[in-house]
This record gives sequence, C-alpha cells and structure tokens, in this order.
Amino acid sequence: MTALALAPLERRLVDECQRDLPLEPRPFAALAARLGVEEEDVLEGLRRLSELGVVSRVGAVVAPHRAGWSTLAAMQVPAEILPAVAEFVSGFEEVNHNYEREHRLNLWFVVTAPSAWRVDQVLREIEYRTGLAVIDLPLVEAFRLDLGFPLS
Amino acid sequence: MTASALDATDRAIVRATQAGLPLCREPYQVVAEQLGLAATDVMERMRRMLERGVIRRIAAVPNHYALGYTANGMSVWDVEDARLAELGPAVGALPSVSHCYRRPRRPPDWPYNLFAMVHGHSRDEVEAEVARIAALLGPACRAHEVLYSTAILKKTGLRLGG
Repeated sequence: MTALALAPLERRLVDECQRDLPLEPRPFAALAARLGVEEEDVLEGLRRLSELGVVSRVGAVVAPHRAGWSTLAAMQVPAEILPAVAEFVSGFEEVNHNYEREHRLNLWFVVTAPSAWRVDQVLREIEYRTGLAVIDLPLVEAFRLDLGFPLS
Repeated sequence: MTASALDATDRAIVRATQAGLPLCREPYQVVAEQLGLAATDVMERMRRMLERGVIRRIAAVPNHYALGYTANGMSVWDVEDARLAELGPAVGALPSVSHCYRRPRRPPDWPYNLFAMVHGHSRDEVEAEVARIAALLGPACRAHEVLYSTAILKKTGLRLGG
C-alpha cells in the first residue's frame, strides 16, 4: 500500500498521531500508553517517520483565518518567463506553497500572513512587479481540512 | 475572531509549536525554555487556543507523497450555490479527499466554487475518484476540471497564522 516499508508500530503511529496528541507534560508517554508500548518506542518511531518524510511534523494545526489570514492565488504566466516569476513569488516569506499546474492558470500559490492587509499587499506587489493579474481565491468555508489520512 | 484576539505570547507559541514539537519526553518544557516561559503557561495558553478553535488540534501531519500517494489532483467544480452546503461535506467525507473548500468564483476567469484535493497512487486512481465525485454531485455540478501539479516550486511546513 505504501511506498515505504514501515514497521507495524510506525504504521500505527501514523494513524494514531493524526488524532489529538494529549496536551500534557509528557504527551508521548500518554500516546505510548494508548498503544501499549514504551514512551521511548514512540519517540524513536516518530523520529524515524520524520527522517523518512512520512510525517512532516508533529505540532499545532492552526484553524484558517483565526490566527491570521491566507489565500490561494493563481496566475496565468507565459511559459518563457515562468521560471523567473515562480522564483520571484517563492521569494516571499509569506508564500508557503507554490505549484506549477497543467492549466491556462499555471502558477498556484498560498499566501499566509498575520493580517489580511499583508496578504493583499503581497498579491498587489506580485501584480505590480510582474505586470500579470493575480486571481485571489480565499477560503470561504472548509468542508474538510486536513483531517488526517488512514494508512490502513 | 480577529487576529488581534491573540497576544504576542500566544503568537510566539503558535509559531513555535506549528513548525513541529521537539520529539523528546517533555516537548512543552523545551518550547517554554525557548520562549522564556513556564511549561505550565505554554500548555495553559494552548489549552485556551484549542478551546477557542484557534488551534484545531495537536497532531502529526502526514506527507501523502511519502506514503505512496504520489498522484494528486486539485479538482475544481462549479456547483449550484444552493446545493453546496449539502454537497460540500459529502465530497469532503470521501476518503481520497484530503482538503475540501468553498472558494469564490471569479468570472470570467474562474467559474469554480468547490475545491477538492484528491490523492491516489496513480493518475488513473485519481481520475476514478474524480468520476466518483462527479457522480455524487450529479446535475448540481455544471462543469469541472482537474489540475495536476507538474512542479512543486516551494513547500514549507510552517503556516504561520494559518
């Protein structure tokens, strides 16, 4: 099923960890108790999953538009200047995802900042510096938001 | 809730913990030391942010690509507005869909109001899942497209502010 050979405990960790990690002084000990293993086994397993890139991080998942603002933006960029425009866009620290996609609108990126004002400023600056229109597609409602992904 | 409802300490905690907790026995103690706070303060503030919904959960964030889901398509749908409240959650509940959002239309450039990120082991599998969504939406959907990524130009885990 997966591209990687994961030990049984590692597979269970991926599934279990996507649910809430308890907010207590030793969360990995609580998780270990849930799985019937030792705290150190959980920590070792998570370190290996991080090294393999299977788990990108174990941390706080922040609700959209509660602690700041973000938007999905799209641009139609002529092929000959796409590398330069993509590099310019990626250069903003507020841009955390930037993808080339097969479509008339061929550059898609996410802009995240502490305020809507700053997000808008980044979009306007990209338009001004590239001379190309940026389509602003902020989230209106989340029907599902990264709720986790079953391994089994 | 506005961004101003969080104070500077809350923001520092969000920034420190969304990038990833240290994988050690007492991660909140380590975060607290980095920020010059007590571990109990860090956990109490996080508890309040969880209660208020600023933090949705504390959990592992998987990388679909490394898990073998190497094909992903951003499917976009033009769905009757009046049906979206009912159909959006149904699409979001499909196991192959990791993210499902309503976004504004921008006519004439962009007619689609529903986004569903579909993951599969191959493009064929993604297409089969897209066909399943099309069947689920039925006549409430006027048009759809699937946008495949050809290059990941930047991807950072840190989502400050969210």
